[in-house]
Amino acid sequence: MEDNEIPVFKKVATIGFSVLSPNTIKKMASAKIVTPELYDKEGYPVDGGLMDARLGVIDPGLKCKTCGSKLKECVGHFGYISLARPVIHIKFVSVIYDLLRCTCRECSRILIPKNKIETYMDELEKSEIESGLEGRRIKIKEIIKSLKTINKCPYCKSRQQKITLEKPTTFLENEKRISPIEIRTRLEKITDEDCEVFGLDPKSIRPEWMVLTIMAIPPVTMRPSITLESGERSEDDLTHKLGDIVRINQRLFENINAGAPEIIIEDLWDLLQYHVTTFFDNNIAQLPPARHRSGDPLKTITERIKSKGGRIRHNLAGKRTNFSARTVISPDPMLDLNEVGVPKLMAMKLTIPERVNEWNIEYLKGFVERGQNKYPGANYIARPDGKKKKITDETREQLLEEIQIGYVVERHLMDGDIAIFNRQPSLHRMSMMCHKVRVLPGRTLRINPTVAHPYNADYDGDEMNLHIPQTEEARAEAETLMMVQTQLISPRYGLSIIGAIQDAISGNYLLTKEGKYLRKEAVDLLLSAGITDFPRLSKKEFVSGKEIFSVLMPHDFNFTGKSKSGKEDVIIKNGKLINGVIDSSNIGGGKGLMLRNIHKKYGEAKAIEIIGAIFRLGTAVLLKRGFTIGISDADLPREAINKINEVLIKAREDVKKLIDSYHNNTLQTFPGRTLKETLELKILELLNKARNETGEIVSDYSNKETHMIIMAKSGARGNLLNLAQMAACVGQQAMRGKRIEKGYKERTLSCFKKGDLCPEAHGFIADGFKKGLNPKEFFFASMTGRDSLMDTALRTPKSGYLYRRLANALQDLKVEYDNTVRDSNKKIVQFNYGEDRIDVSKSDGGIVDVNTVIKSTK
Amino acid sequence: MNRLFKKYEGKLPLKVINDIKEKLPKKISEAKLKKILEEVVMEYNKMLVQPGESVGLVSAESIGEPGTQMTLNTFHFAGVAEMNITMGLPRIIEILDGKKTIETPMTEIYLKKPYSQGKNIKKLALSIKETKLNEIVSEFMVNIAESKIELRVDEKRMESIGVNYPVIQKCIKASFKELALSKKGDSIILKLSEKEKELNQLFKVKEKIKEVYIQGIKGITQVLPIKKGSEFLIITAGTNLKKVLELDFVDKTRTISNNIFEIASVLGIEAARQAIINEVFKVIQNQGLNVDIRHLMLVADTMCATGTIKGVTRYGVVKEKASVLARASFETPIKHIFNASLIGEVDHLNSVVENVMLNQPVPVGTGLPGLVTKVKREPEWLKNKH
Repeated sequence: MEDNEIPVFKKVATIGFSVLSPNTIKKMASAKIVTPELYDKEGYPVDGGLMDARLGVIDPGLKCKTCGSKLKECVGHFGYISLARPVIHIKFVSVIYDLLRCTCRECSRILIPKNKIETYMDELEKSEIESGLEGRRIKIKEIIKSLKTINKCPYCKSRQQKITLEKPTTFLENEKRISPIEIRTRLEKITDEDCEVFGLDPKSIRPEWMVLTIMAIPPVTMRPSITLESGERSEDDLTHKLGDIVRINQRLFENINAGAPEIIIEDLWDLLQYHVTTFFDNNIAQLPPARHRSGDPLKTITERIKSKGGRIRHNLAGKRTNFSARTVISPDPMLDLNEVGVPKLMAMKLTIPERVNEWNIEYLKGFVERGQNKYPGANYIARPDGKKKKITDETREQLLEEIQIGYVVERHLMDGDIAIFNRQPSLHRMSMMCHKVRVLPGRTLRINPTVAHPYNADYDGDEMNLHIPQTEEARAEAETLMMVQTQLISPRYGLSIIGAIQDAISGNYLLTKEGKYLRKEAVDLLLSAGITDFPRLSKKEFVSGKEIFSVLMPHDFNFTGKSKSGKEDVIIKNGKLINGVIDSSNIGGGKGLMLRNIHKKYGEAKAIEIIGAIFRLGTAVLLKRGFTIGISDADLPREAINKINEVLIKAREDVKKLIDSYHNNTLQTFPGRTLKETLELKILELLNKARNETGEIVSDYSNKETHMIIMAKSGARGNLLNLAQMAACVGQQAMRGKRIEKGYKERTLSCFKKGDLCPEAHGFIADGFKKGLNPKEFFFASMTGRDSLMDTALRTPKSGYLYRRLANALQDLKVEYDNTVRDSNKKIVQFNYGEDRIDVSKSDGGIVDVNTVIKSTK
Repeated sequence: MNRLFKKYEGKLPLKVINDIKEKLPKKISEAKLKKILEEVVMEYNKMLVQPGESVGLVSAESIGEPGTQMTLNTFHFAGVAEMNITMGLPRIIEILDGKKTIETPMTEIYLKKPYSQGKNIKKLALSIKETKLNEIVSEFMVNIAESKIELRVDEKRMESIGVNYPVIQKCIKASFKELALSKKGDSIILKLSEKEKELNQLFKVKEKIKEVYIQGIKGITQVLPIKKGSEFLIITAGTNLKKVLELDFVDKTRTISNNIFEIASVLGIEAARQAIINEVFKVIQNQGLNVDIRHLMLVADTMCATGTIKGVTRYGVVKEKASVLARASFETPIKHIFNASLIGEVDHLNSVVENVMLNQPVPVGTGLPGLVTKVKREPEWLKNKH
């Protein structure tokens, strides 16, 4: 394509909303519908029926009678039906009501004297300037409200009657029904100027259009019929409804012509009104919904548009895509962080279009030659005019001949291709990141375990989605904006969201804490971590773990920080770990500035490289050393057990004293609390204190070398409280911030005395998990367990809705070129983003890290 | 030195400059300081947001995502004797919804100097509390025969809140003008006027009289003096910020309620904005989560941008949107479309969802910049297509 041949794509600039006038309906219609029949005996659509061939095609092979195009090309055409008697449009009932009440019944002028109209209009203008269209709407409502009480027309001086609305569609004037014909004539007489006072734009809507005399019939493409396996046709809900309308309309028409009694006509008229109403909305409060023969309600126009499954949220705001895949994920630490392992099977189905040019023609021919079933092959080729051809064993030779510059080959996915990887729920932008493809054997998608965190994934059967961008622009954008390394720093808090996890943390902790290795071993470790170049490792026979870790650091990296476990600072000087141990607060995700500093100083590529290396080194250390936990990790010496028992007995006695003082009325109440509440609070405090004391005893006495403690200390998994719960005492089970109270009358379980206030009777679990819980304790533990499950189940939809609302409210706020934050109205929300214009995802945890700058400046 | 800092005031936010001042070592040469400042300016410039950045969505994500990790636990006790406060997700929803009446209204009253050290703290607290008659009356006795009500007053309680008989009598008199009052021992006797001698009237009065306001600030149902750090303050359940701030022993600069709307009406919209930020931040911190304050600022700013507090709901912030389709894609689409058709609204497709609907580039981020170019002529093959 030459430069000047770039096609000019059209862009929709604005969308206007207005109401179809009867004339427009007639003009845009390509058929008048007169009969409720759908098909004739041969199964062809009846002329003037609801499936008229002029309304579009839904059968493959047929051509549209109006535009001549085939299925999928023809978007369908509207028809119309003229109603024998006018009918009120249900969605405009409230507007009609307002109009009737605020206009004269004789002359249809608005019930405001001429001289006042202008002042009203001025007020409207003013409120629109002040608070937008919404403000105008509110103002109009106020005006309408004030008009309802006027009962004398200022123009023709006629008395006004009281008009009431009998829902859904009947209007009464002094208890007497106004027919839609009468309503329509009144509405017709309202002048354009008066319309504007009501907030109606006379160009978009004339009041009388709200009473239908003719109705648009939607094209058949919008209500396709399905052919069942039995060959029977099943019509769409809308077609059913329209059939009803046409049928009743026809009968009404005949009856009127035959001069039937008024009563029959009235009945039919009402029926027509009902059908038209339910055609627009089948969920009107006062009307029984129209139903199928099977009994389920019809899905008519409003239901099609509305809510989550409706047209707007499901089809318009939600897009679907080809070139995507989904399967179970599993971890693979040997992959880089920004890679994704794709099963070969998938890679042979997912394709990338590559345009043939004079330099790659031979290369691409190779793919075509290998065909669909050999990897790496190609599945389709496309001619420049867009015609696609499948590559099969039969066509392969011929296509190979045909292929020339300008063709497109859809070749299999290969290593290094760009893919977008996603896990639902996609709560933040790190839920969709771009990875480089690595085609691997096996049937699962594989990721480096460290990137599981931003996706919030684990491997207990989680499935994830893979998308293959198909254009050069999409790939470029994905690569520069969505690649894993570009997403390292969370925009939520400005620290590295990706970091070492679990074994990698305990591995590095052990390595840097105690590690002493033969140089050979060290080299072995580094090699298994994938590091092949280590000139900076000392040549001594024995190397310390710190030295091994230092190999991963860039040679000019300086860092001082705290560690989780040790009191000593972590000091890295010129790429050498001099002091302190490495644990979760330095290499873990979302914590500490070490990873952030590496990222800042050496760039994102280096950062993920180092994180990957740290991870592999950590696991390699554990592989060599061995790492496991057993029940003996929770063993305590006799002395400790005695101490724990003492604490618990003491606590029990103290509680008993409290209860006694409660019964004696000698308990001092807290201000603003009842005696009972005070007691409960005091008991809760006491028992929590006791549990914490047991926890301290456990951490004092248990063997520091156990792996359980190592994990807790390094921050790899678990904490000391977990250990205390296993070894000593589970503690008080609390529900809604109180001790367990519910159950039987005045007691929690039937094995307690009524009114018993002692710890055991209200969910205090004195035993540890290792010793085991007695039935009562177990029951209490289950109660809180169930409570927390309930909590989770109730929370998810609530927070989901909050999120949806937030996202909807804030989605079009953006930073403008003048650095202000504005919404889509260009209204200023902030003059400077966040008051200081700092982008959190580029900051050091939300601030400018002044400390490091001061320290590093010589 | 200060001269140097002054020079950088335009280049760096004040917060950063103060941060440098604080963290600077005591002795430092001017040259080195200049170097540091230059370095910080460089760092700062690297951190600036780029135009087009979709900050709104990032903020929504940053608040919405941790929402799933928050507990639903409604209540929380900071100390043993503290009051129940709505916390966790329900509180955040409450704030962002823009609810006018909140579940647990609360005021933190800071006190002026002698009182903040604990002087008369209990008495002050009790004087703030809204006291009703039934709190100081131990017994209501109805004498049907003489259509009299006898109130036995708890003198101990009366003393503790510092009122006496005349005060009580005055209070009753204020709300029940036709009653005849007399005092006998430790009780007050009320006699109904001749007109209303009916039996049910007697009981009606008895119930009504319980609610007679004696003293304190209306709306404050509970008081709790606590010690926070080295000073005493009073925490109250129920709020009445306006009246509380009128008290002369109250430190008006720090006393605050947790009802955003009250703050907006008493202290103004800017204060309400800050209150939204503070309250949400408090909850998030309480849950042990880490969300940058800028995100909360943005949410608070959108809520307060019009000058009144708008909740993040279909009646609040979303209703203000310009685009019909954007509003329709949120909630109640039919209503929005019909209303738009009545006034012939035009959607200019300026924001995100509408363009998603139409398969067009969205005007944020990389979709924002346009390319101006000369198109020479329509290509041959395109002409054929028309």
